[in-house]
Amino acid sequence: MPRLSADTRHLVRLVVNGRAVEAHAEPRMLLTDFLRHELGMTGTHVGCEHGVCGACTVDIDGVPARACLTLAVQADGATIRTVEGLAPEAGRLSVLQDAFRRHHALQCGFCTAGILMSLDHYLRIHPTPTEPDLRNFLGGHLCRCTGYVPILAAALDAAKRLREASHA
Amino acid sequence: MKPARFDYIRAETLADAHAALAQDGNDARVIAGGQTLLPMLSMRLARPKVLVDIMHLPQLRQITAEDNAIRVGAGVRQAKLLAWPDLAARQPLLAAAMPWIGHAQIRSRGTVCGSVAHADPSAEIPLVLVALGGAIELSSRRKRRRVAADDFFAGMMSTTRQATELIEAVIVPTRRPGHGYAFREFARRHGDFAIVACAAVAAPDGIRLAIGGVADRPTGRDLGNLDGGALDDALDAFAWDLDARDDLHATARYRRELVRSLGRATIAEAQQCRA
Repeated sequence: MPRLSADTRHLVRLVVNGRAVEAHAEPRMLLTDFLRHELGMTGTHVGCEHGVCGACTVDIDGVPARACLTLAVQADGATIRTVEGLAPEAGRLSVLQDAFRRHHALQCGFCTAGILMSLDHYLRIHPTPTEPDLRNFLGGHLCRCTGYVPILAAALDAAKRLREASHA
Repeated sequence: MKPARFDYIRAETLADAHAALAQDGNDARVIAGGQTLLPMLSMRLARPKVLVDIMHLPQLRQITAEDNAIRVGAGVRQAKLLAWPDLAARQPLLAAAMPWIGHAQIRSRGTVCGSVAHADPSAEIPLVLVALGGAIELSSRRKRRRVAADDFFAGMMSTTRQATELIEAVIVPTRRPGHGYAFREFARRHGDFAIVACAAVAAPDGIRLAIGGVADRPTGRDLGNLDGGALDDALDAFAWDLDARDDLHATARYRRELVRSLGRATIAEAQQCRA
């Protein structure tokens, strides 16, 4: 059975935002640090580092999860989506990102990447969310600036626009 | 807030996992979803020399409907069990309790057995197991055994698992005809650890109430067919016996009051479900 030694850096291969990438990590390296320091993808933020704040939420194999509660070596072979993968092309925001901008759903932006990743997933599965559902789902994220109300407004607006776009 | 160094073993067979635990024992920790172990590692409350990853073992990923129980393997993530179409029909108490575990972003990775291994006194799955009389299936290189939930949870984050043993599955008794089930929890925010959590089973021969978040382990009590003032008295005695402590989340007095009021409401709901 494979035993990765504590003191050595080991090859970790991922698919991140549709692109195959690889870099090296000690067994103890968290996926957050792997994304940021080894891959240089600093869109994923590190907040509490014990799973409470939600800032580091990324999509791991199709579901939102905490990058800080995952070891890079555990994620070897996984398909990851980060906030860098949301924009359809350079210079153009996704519908959800654009709704955040219009509704002032962020101030300092520290929590935003995680919230966007959670909501992007949620709205794909629940195209007609209710406000209580969204409040419940957003319970997994802390935001100290907005008071959450503009985030809810942005999510509801984005859901509406996504529905309209899919019917168009 | 970074874990200390450890070797990482990716077990490819059950024998691999057993061998690693037999060799490293107390210096090894099993990692499944990692949703409770990673914070322990990052805060350096746990400093194992070896982590044994069991998520590459397909035989641990099974949810099996047995005659009178659901067997949930150690590789089953909480989100997978929640999405299991038979869950509510086979065990409504588990179906009611599981959405209270952490957040969706935690349940997507966290495992059912991982929560049992961690044995947080306010955790939902251990509480449900104690309420229903469930069991934990342990295996090592030498033997395999089933331990009743009541005997498994030994105290604050401590269990009777031996260092060489792997939790291979939990056994959750299924719904029984004529029984009613209810779960309620109080926390400051949804997803926080429970200040008090209650699981009630209303059976034809009496009520069983289990309480989490108060004592150092989930604790069940059979309350017979009491009602009215006698039930209030029994709940009050139960609340005092749990030996609640003050902490930054709530006072002991507040917890006792929650046992009395939330416990009573949970029992009433279970009895209604029975009817």
